Amino acid sequence: MSDPERSEQHRKWHQQLRITLWTLIIPPTAWAAHFLFSYLWAAISCAKTGRFATFPVLFVGGTVMALLVILFSGWLAWHKERTPGDPPPHEDSTEVDRLRFLGKATLLLAGLSFVGVVFTALPVIFIGDCQ
Amino acid sequence: MSFHEQDDPQLRAAQDERLRAAWAAPKGFFLRWTDTNNDAVGAWYTLTAFGFMLLAGVLALIMRAQLAVPENDLVDASTFNQLFTLHGSMMMFLFAVPMFEAVSIILLPQLLGARDLPFPRLSAFGYWSFLLGGIFVAGSIFFDAAPDGGWFMYPPLTTRTDLSGLGADIWMLGLSFIEVSSIAAAVELIVGVLKCRPPGMRLNLMPLYAWYILVVAVMILFAFPPLIAGDLLFEMERLLDWPFFDATRGGDPLLWQHLFWIFGHPEVYIVFLPSIALFAMLVPTFARRHVLGYPWIVLAAVGTAFLSFGLWVHHMFATGLPKISLAFFSAASEAVAIPTAVQIFVFIATIWAGRVTWSTPMLYASGSLAVFVIGGLTGVMVAVAPFDWQAHDTYFVVAHLHYVLIGGTLLPLFAGLYYYWPLITGKKLSDRLGRIAFWFLFVGVNLCFFPMHLSGLEGMPRRVFTYPAELGLGSLNLASTIGAFIFASGVAIICVDLARSPWRPFAERNPWHAGTLEWLAYPHDEHWGIRSIPLIESRYPIWDQPDFMRKVDEGRYFLPDAEEGRRETIITTVLDARPISVVRLGTPSWKPMLTAFALGGVFIFTTYHLYWPALVSGLLTLAMVMWWVWTGTAEIPERPSKPIGHGLELPLYISGSSSPGWWAMFITMMADATAFSGLVFGYYFFWTRHADFPPDELAHAPGVFWPMLALVVGLVGWVFTVGGREVHARGGVALARAMLAASLVASLASAAAGLAGPWLSGMNPSLHSYPAIVWTLAGWTAAHAAVAAIMLAYVLARSFAGRCTPAYDADLRNVTVFMHFFALTTLVTYLTIGLFPEAT
Repeated sequence: MSDPERSEQHRKWHQQLRITLWTLIIPPTAWAAHFLFSYLWAAISCAKTGRFATFPVLFVGGTVMALLVILFSGWLAWHKERTPGDPPPHEDSTEVDRLRFLGKATLLLAGLSFVGVVFTALPVIFIGDCQ
Repeated sequence: MSFHEQDDPQLRAAQDERLRAAWAAPKGFFLRWTDTNNDAVGAWYTLTAFGFMLLAGVLALIMRAQLAVPENDLVDASTFNQLFTLHGSMMMFLFAVPMFEAVSIILLPQLLGARDLPFPRLSAFGYWSFLLGGIFVAGSIFFDAAPDGGWFMYPPLTTRTDLSGLGADIWMLGLSFIEVSSIAAAVELIVGVLKCRPPGMRLNLMPLYAWYILVVAVMILFAFPPLIAGDLLFEMERLLDWPFFDATRGGDPLLWQHLFWIFGHPEVYIVFLPSIALFAMLVPTFARRHVLGYPWIVLAAVGTAFLSFGLWVHHMFATGLPKISLAFFSAASEAVAIPTAVQIFVFIATIWAGRVTWSTPMLYASGSLAVFVIGGLTGVMVAVAPFDWQAHDTYFVVAHLHYVLIGGTLLPLFAGLYYYWPLITGKKLSDRLGRIAFWFLFVGVNLCFFPMHLSGLEGMPRRVFTYPAELGLGSLNLASTIGAFIFASGVAIICVDLARSPWRPFAERNPWHAGTLEWLAYPHDEHWGIRSIPLIESRYPIWDQPDFMRKVDEGRYFLPDAEEGRRETIITTVLDARPISVVRLGTPSWKPMLTAFALGGVFIFTTYHLYWPALVSGLLTLAMVMWWVWTGTAEIPERPSKPIGHGLELPLYISGSSSPGWWAMFITMMADATAFSGLVFGYYFFWTRHADFPPDELAHAPGVFWPMLALVVGLVGWVFTVGGREVHARGGVALARAMLAASLVASLASAAAGLAGPWLSGMNPSLHSYPAIVWTLAGWTAAHAAVAAIMLAYVLARSFAGRCTPAYDADLRNVTVFMHFFALTTLVTYLTIGLFPEAT
């Protein structure tokens, strides 16, 4: 397989992923899932064990997973946003402009969701008890 | 029809006549109220909500008059309690939310170049429900029977029938009824935005107002149902003594606070975002340029919507929850400032980059931003838990929330009023009166609410009907009262301006020289919405597409005619707005109004414990819905497709996931599933709060057998429906009917088995929260099984009547969507009540 072919294939796998109104909400949904998880984790571990885990493995794992989902969808959106075409604003009635707009909006949401997840994780570091 | 045929003025005149006839409003003293067109229903809706706003405002003025001086005796404590409860409840439920729905019903079809929203009769049903429920709730004040427990109705004060009277039932049942109309509006608006856009209006060209409405309508689906679930539990406690919120019997009053605020906080953004959406329309018009940072606004709207669901506990900082939980909500409350600020900066940037005309709407917009930002900043303060512990339940919070709601909702609505009045009536409001009113409002709001920050910090508690002179808060309170009356004078001036409007001359078409589709409307109204449905190539087609208005007016775009005399609009795809179908819309009818009144009977009779009339109303509602659906939906067209111009031929019937009906069912069921998850939350919430949940003597009730049997039989019913749909699509009509009948029987059997579990294990729901919540989950699921049986019977009847065939199978496909959700409900309920007690 020659190099251009390989890079062609390499480019394709993520280009085949479609980006739609549903993928737009993946980053904030990851935030929401992480937030609910954090709340339930704290509420259940405090109510049922009566104390806070000293090293919250479950919490760290959940947080890392949420951040990875957000980073991946942000990265994908960034690629879509860079689809060649006119400079912004993407306001023509063309498929490529719609794609680049959705890419841009998803990327921005990924940024906000990343910050949101970090915000949610901070109390676990700084508070660390059930009072 | 070709492009050139439209050159013929006689043809155009004939088309005009046909469109006018198809869209003619019903006339006559009684018949006019059967109208379902968005321009009529939207106008009634807006006026009604405005009327409730004025009444709720008068209630506030009475309160301010009472508080003007210390130890005043204008009203007694009981009246004062009713005043503040009703003021808050009405402003939220009867003004802010319905006003957004009302304005959207008027504007959205215009903005999307659609002839109407996809379900005009549903809008009318929503309006009549709102009117009836609103009069019921608001009218209670005149009989000294208004709710008096505060707008968030905390138990146990409100659940104990010896402490609170009929008012609490009026609040719960009356507002539940109105919540039904909000969900109806959400369905209508979501499907409208996603499926009724004009060809070419891809997602990146959608007017920002439509983005905001889409986001807000989705928020309603996730915010209102938890409150409906809470209302259900609340009324079960009040009417049947099931102890969900009674701590002595395993209940917990905090469960209500959770369910209320899961609704209550997103609610703030539900009323804020649509008002900001009005800015997104008027700022570009007066800056005379495209809005800057369109994707940033989408970020802000979607981001705010999500984050707003992570804020609810900041209303419960003082309840003694673990600090780690408080901190999560504090963090999210700080994070929501980011998207909120982004949209404000986008508007400032657009104004900065444009050539601004300082019109009256712009004055309101900029003034409201200033007020809103102050409220936002105090919001960041109270989002910090230690500060909130100090400010909680003081006038500081009153000041904060009024700055937010007046700056974020009311003043932007006045901006929208001055901006869109010419669209609705064809006439401009007075710039002079508008500006005078603005300064009254602006000075009034600051004079009224700024001193409340100080009186709150000095210790003035909320919800007291008077205060001693020794507190030294007399002058601050007097200033607030004067401010309130100045503010009210501003509102009065606006009312005068509105009242003078009928005598003013018509304005020119598109008087602000705006670029978006809604301004295609004529000053002298045509009821057809838009003459021909345009092909969109820009976010501001009136500015950017050459000869746009003329081409629309001359019918040179799509669907310029109503050959069959039917009301029609185009359905397009979600992402790229490719035309896929023409749908026939509902025409004026008594059915929506009568159905709303029948449903209202259920709620109102229940309030007065008149259960037999309530049952009759319920059966009547069911009959009305059946009649409405049978005669008005999934009509098989006289031919499979019709031309819409430019060589396009579109089908007149679609079913499945591209059709509006399927989406409406899906969206309704999302709301239903959210309400259900509120009940499930209740079950697990009790488990985390109480060591004895389930209590020892009930540790093996309702047992494993009956719930598992109900689960298996319910899932069999689901499989039969899905299989029946597939067999039906392949032409096996007789076999499909048999499978649907089997599914019907299985649904009913599942309901019986589900109820048998708690019944046979002798669970008494009034003894403890555990049997109460088990009965509630089983009852909810059984009710869904009963609805499934009714729907399946309906599809069978349609099939035998020849109205549901393999080629025209929308009924069956929509019922299948219900059955998917029914299967999910069955699964969660029976796994929870059957297996969870065994696992603990």
